[in-house]
Amino acid sequence: MTNKLQATEEQLAYAKLLDLGMKVGLLMLVITFIIYLFGIFSPYIPVDELPKYWTMSVKDYLKATDIHPGWTWLGMVGKGDFLNFIPIAFLAGVTILCYIRIIPILFRKKDTVYAFLAIIEVLVLVLAASGVLKAGGH
Amino acid sequence: MSRQHVKYLSFLAIVFAVFLISSSVFATSDVAAPVAPAAAESSMPWWGWPLILFIVTFLLGIVAVLGGVGGGVLFVPIIGGFFPFHIDFVRGAGLLVALAGALAAGPGLLKKGMADLRLALPVALIASSCAIVGAMLGLALPAKIVNIALGGTILGIVAIMLMAKKSEYPEVKQADNLSSALRISGVYHEVSTGQDINWKIHRTPQGLATFVIIGVMAGMFGLGAGWANVPVLNLMMGAPLKVSVATSKFLLSITDTSAAWIYVNNGAVLPMMVAPSIIGIMLGSIVGVRILAKTKPAAVRYIVIAMLLFAGSRALLKGLGIWN
Repeated sequence: MTNKLQATEEQLAYAKLLDLGMKVGLLMLVITFIIYLFGIFSPYIPVDELPKYWTMSVKDYLKATDIHPGWTWLGMVGKGDFLNFIPIAFLAGVTILCYIRIIPILFRKKDTVYAFLAIIEVLVLVLAASGVLKAGGH
Repeated sequence: MSRQHVKYLSFLAIVFAVFLISSSVFATSDVAAPVAPAAAESSMPWWGWPLILFIVTFLLGIVAVLGGVGGGVLFVPIIGGFFPFHIDFVRGAGLLVALAGALAAGPGLLKKGMADLRLALPVALIASSCAIVGAMLGLALPAKIVNIALGGTILGIVAIMLMAKKSEYPEVKQADNLSSALRISGVYHEVSTGQDINWKIHRTPQGLATFVIIGVMAGMFGLGAGWANVPVLNLMMGAPLKVSVATSKFLLSITDTSAAWIYVNNGAVLPMMVAPSIIGIMLGSIVGVRILAKTKPAAVRYIVIAMLLFAGSRALLKGLGIWN
């Protein structure tokens, strides 16, 4: 019972990495947003033009701004607005790293079912992150 | 709670409601322009809405903590209903707000053993896979339909909040075969009583099946899903209330990750909305936790319910074209 009261090894490993990733991600978000706000890097969409785009549906917005969805933002991180996608993607990627971190621990503990559950979860999240899945616009 | 607190909170709620209605008038005058580009001719400078967004999300952060709800469930209907932003961007920002909150809370809950990884992993796999489907559906549907469905869902959440019972320690006579095979059980230390609470769960297949619907809804509306996770984990599957709440919060960090990627990859993320929202709600949560340490204002829960009722009705009426 004493052992069960403590969080398991994989749970602690997951928590430790999540804690670090969350702090780094939020700090990066604050920094990149300040860079964007103060115009240190010029944005792709001028800030004073934003109000005419944020009322549009995402389909119309992408068409009007000639922005291509998916990972194309990676080639535009020199722009102040797209620079903010680095921490956003990082925050959305931390969970994948946490899962990858616990897979070897689960295998070592011969917890095969959970190890495979973790692998499948990584595959699901990587599929979502890949940009392969496109939503039909309205 | 003292009378002074009630007065203060009521005043805060009234100011908030007046603010939302007046901002709705501003937002409507922007959107009502004949074509979208004309919205830029609003008298409000470009930084006006992001600044208001920051202030409102800061207040939402306080209210969410005091009311015991996630930030996402308040963010989407309120920002979607009373700001000029398109519902696509609101849902994208809402998911990232809920995700940031879950990522921030997750490590502490896991380390203390309140959130349970063994319980969360199978549930998360189903919920996160279905959240992808929900996100894709949500982005494919017309805004009108999304607003109607969102309004209906928010009103449903209000009903759940008003009617659903909670059970501190549900009685689970026997763990079911699936949870036994997956070894989903645990012990946690209840600080208030000094007891070590042994827990196990039942009705695992039914619970997992319910997370198909929860995942789709979380992805479709960008709401976060604590409002649905907790009753299913607690009342249906029989996990103790504290374990359910903590595991639900941690679960959101996985469910919202998969849906957030769909919104990011489909262009439904505007940094000028996302960053002030995340920063605002996180700062508000910090202030909320400090207030919570001094007082436990039960009235806030009713203020949250009233806000959701108002915002849900707004979304429904907006979708039906009655209140644009």
